[in-house]
Amino acid sequence: MADKVLMKGNEAIAEAAIIAGCRHYFGYPITPQTEIAAYMAKKMPKIGGVFLQAESEIAAINMVYGVASAGKRVMTSSSSPGVSLKGEGLSYLAGADLPSLIVNVQRGGPGLGGIQPSQSDYFQATRGGGHGDYHMIVLAPASVQEMAELTIKGFELADTYRMTSMILADGTMGQMMEPVALDLKVNPAPEKPWATTGTKLQREHNIINSLSLIPEELEKFNFDRYERYKIVEEKETMYEEYMMEDADICVTAFGIAARVSKNAVDEARKRGIKAGMIRPITLWPFPVAPFAKAADKVKEFISVELSMGQMIEDVKLATSCKRPVTLCNRAGGMIPDPEQVLRAIEAAAKNGGVR
Amino acid sequence: MSTTKFLFSGFGGQGILFAGKFIAYKGLTDGKQVSWLPSYGPEMRGGTASCSVIVSDSAVGSPIVSKPDVLVAMNLPSLDRFEDAVEPGGIIFADSTLIERKVKRTDVTVYYVPATRLASENGLGNLANMIIIGKVLKVLDDFGDDSVAAALKKVISAKHADMMDINAKAMRLGAEYQE
Amino acid sequence: MVVFEKPHALTDVPMHYCPGCLHGIVHRLVAEVIDELGIEGKTIGIAPVGCSVMAYNYFNCDMIEAAHGRAPAVATGVKRADPENHIVFTYQGDGDLASIGMAETVHAAARNENITVIFINNAIYGMTGGQMAPTSLPGQVTQTSPYGRDPKLCGYPVRVCEMLSELEGPEYLERVTVADVKNVRNAKKAIKKAFQNQIDGKGFSLIEVVSTCPTNWGMTPQKAIDWLKENMLAYYPLGVYKDRSAAKEEAK
Repeated sequence: MADKVLMKGNEAIAEAAIIAGCRHYFGYPITPQTEIAAYMAKKMPKIGGVFLQAESEIAAINMVYGVASAGKRVMTSSSSPGVSLKGEGLSYLAGADLPSLIVNVQRGGPGLGGIQPSQSDYFQATRGGGHGDYHMIVLAPASVQEMAELTIKGFELADTYRMTSMILADGTMGQMMEPVALDLKVNPAPEKPWATTGTKLQREHNIINSLSLIPEELEKFNFDRYERYKIVEEKETMYEEYMMEDADICVTAFGIAARVSKNAVDEARKRGIKAGMIRPITLWPFPVAPFAKAADKVKEFISVELSMGQMIEDVKLATSCKRPVTLCNRAGGMIPDPEQVLRAIEAAAKNGGVR
Repeated sequence: MSTTKFLFSGFGGQGILFAGKFIAYKGLTDGKQVSWLPSYGPEMRGGTASCSVIVSDSAVGSPIVSKPDVLVAMNLPSLDRFEDAVEPGGIIFADSTLIERKVKRTDVTVYYVPATRLASENGLGNLANMIIIGKVLKVLDDFGDDSVAAALKKVISAKHADMMDINAKAMRLGAEYQE
Repeated sequence: MVVFEKPHALTDVPMHYCPGCLHGIVHRLVAEVIDELGIEGKTIGIAPVGCSVMAYNYFNCDMIEAAHGRAPAVATGVKRADPENHIVFTYQGDGDLASIGMAETVHAAARNENITVIFINNAIYGMTGGQMAPTSLPGQVTQTSPYGRDPKLCGYPVRVCEMLSELEGPEYLERVTVADVKNVRNAKKAIKKAFQNQIDGKGFSLIEVVSTCPTNWGMTPQKAIDWLKENMLAYYPLGVYKDRSAAKEEAK
C-alpha cells in the first residue's frame, strides 16, 4: 500500500477526481469548498487539463453540461447556496442523461445562511435538486479517505448509469485533514457513442436534448429512466453497519454526524446499552434493506442529523414506521456532540421504544 | 492514553493551524491514526484561529475536539474561551508572554511558556508556536529528534526546506525551557 | 449552370417556423458556411430556448439543446473538451442571449472563448407568444408591453454589439440583417468570417442578425420587412463593431 498523506477532504476530492481521469473542472468560489477550485487551478494546467473559474454557478454547471455532452469526465463543486443555483443544470443533466460529478460541501441555510457545516441539503440532494422526475446518485463520505474513494466511485457510477453523481459532504468533511491512501483503482470511462464529438461524417448526428413536446414520448423517457434507477437501487446501495448484530437502539447518521455518533455508540456500549449504528453511504439510493431488517429487532431508531430532520423521513419510510424514530439534531452550522447523542440513546433505552 | 485530543488556539497569524498540522503529521509518522480540523471562515483572517487534532491508536471517531486533553492557548481570548472545556486531569499550555493571568482550574496541569518572548529573544521570529509545541512534546514524553525531523519534513514543503532547522531549533528551545 | 441544392449540413426535417420567418434563411446561411468550410464532421451546434429551440433537428452536425440562456456556457464546455477538434457554434435569440443569458454572453465574450455565436434579434419573445424582449424598441407593442414599451417603466433596449465592443475580449462583432438579397449575401460573409475566425483560433465572434417576427409583430412578412428597415435598423445600425485582427493589421 502506498504511503498515506495528510490531506484536507476538499483536496482529497480534487486529487481523486484527477486520478479518475477528470480533466475538466468548472467552479465558482464559495466557502467551505474553495480548496477544490484552488487545487484544480494549480494541478489542471500541469496535466493538460482545464480549470475554469466560471462567472457563476449557473455557468459552471452548464460548462459541465457541455463537457459531459462531449463524453468526458467532468465535475463542478460548490456549497449549498451555489448548489441551489446549479439546480437548473442538474435537472437538464438528468433530462439529457448526461454523466457528471457534482460536489456539495454543505453549509448552514436557508438563504445565505452561514459557512459552518450542515446537512440540511439532504432533501435537495436526494430528491433531485431541480424540477422534474429524476434522481442523482448521492454519496455521503464520512472520512477523508472516503471523500477520495467515493469521488472515483461517483465518476464510475455516473458513466455506468448516465446519471449525475453528487458527493454530499459538509464543511467539516471538506476542511478536516486525515491520512489518505491514494493508490486507488479506477475503471476507465466506457465508450460513449451518444456523445456529441462531431459526426466525422461517419454517422447520423447525435443530439443531446431534454426537450420532448409529445407527452407520450416524454412519459416513456421518464419510465425508462426510472427502470434504470431501479437497477441502481438494486445494485449500488451502500451502507455500513456498526455493532448492529445485537443492537436494541439503532442510531443512524451519515457524514460527520456518523463520526460523532460512533463515539456515542461506543460510550453507550461501555454503559451496557446495546446501541448500534447504520450509516448510509448512498443517500440515494437509500439503503432500505438494513433498516427494514433492523425494524424487526431494535426498539428505537435515532436519526442524528445536522438539520431540522430530513433523513429521518427516509428512515421512517424504510422501517415502515414499525418502531419509533426520534431526531437528535443541531442546525444552522452547529454539530451535535457525542454527549447529546449519548443522552438520546440513554433516553431511548429507558423508554424501551415506547413513545 | 490511547487517544489524545488536542486543541490549539490563538490569533490568526500565530501559526496555530501549522502547529496542529505538525502534531498530526508527527502522529502519522509515528504510525498513529490522526485527524486535524481547523476553524474556518472570517475568523481565520486575524481573529481567533483554532484547530482540533486527535492522535489515537485506533480509528478516530468524531474529529471535533470539544473537551481537549491538551489545550494550547496562545492568547488570552483562547484561554478564556477554552479553559473550562479541558478534561479534568488534562494539560494546559499557555503562552505567558501574551497571557498575563493564571489558569483558574485546579484539576489540570498547567505549563506557562513565554513563547513569544523566547522567540524574539532568540531570533526565532514568529516561531512561538513551535517553541510551545516543543514543550508539549517534552511534557508528553514524545520528543524524539528523529520523529520530530521526520514530521517537520512532511509539514514543511520542499520549497521552504530552509525553514527546517529553525523550526527544530525552536522546538528544542521549548523542550528545554524550565519555568 | 447553378443547381439550387439544400446544404448538406441541413437535415431533411421540415422546419416548424411560421410563414415569413427569417430563421430558415439564417439556418441555411449557417449550413452553407459549414459546407463551404468543410467542417460539418467536427461541428457541434448549441440550440437555445426560444423559437429556434428545435434547431437541433435541422442541422446535420452534432447538436446540443441548452437551458435558456446558457448556450455560451455549454459551448465553452464543448469547446474546451477538445479545442483542436471541435468547431462550436451557438444559435440564440434575443431573450435567450440578451436577457436571461446576458451573463453567459458577456463572460464568454470577455474570455474571448473560441466559439461562434449567431444571435437573432427580432425584438420579441416568439415562442412564448410575443412578449417584450430586451431588444424591443421604445413604444413597441407586445403582449407584456400592451401600451408600448415605456422606457420610464422598463428601460431601454440593449444594443448587444455596441455593448460587447467595449470589452477587450471578443475578436469579431458584426450586425447584419437578412431583410433583402444584398443583406443576405453580406450576412453570409459575416457568418463565414465568424466560423473562419474560430478555425484560425482567433476567438469569440458574434454575428447579430436583425430579423423579423411577422406573427408576433402582427404584420404580413412584407410589412414586417418594411418595419424592420424603418425602425429596427434605425436603433440597431448595421456594421462591424469590432474586428481585432483587422485593427491589428491597420495598426501595422
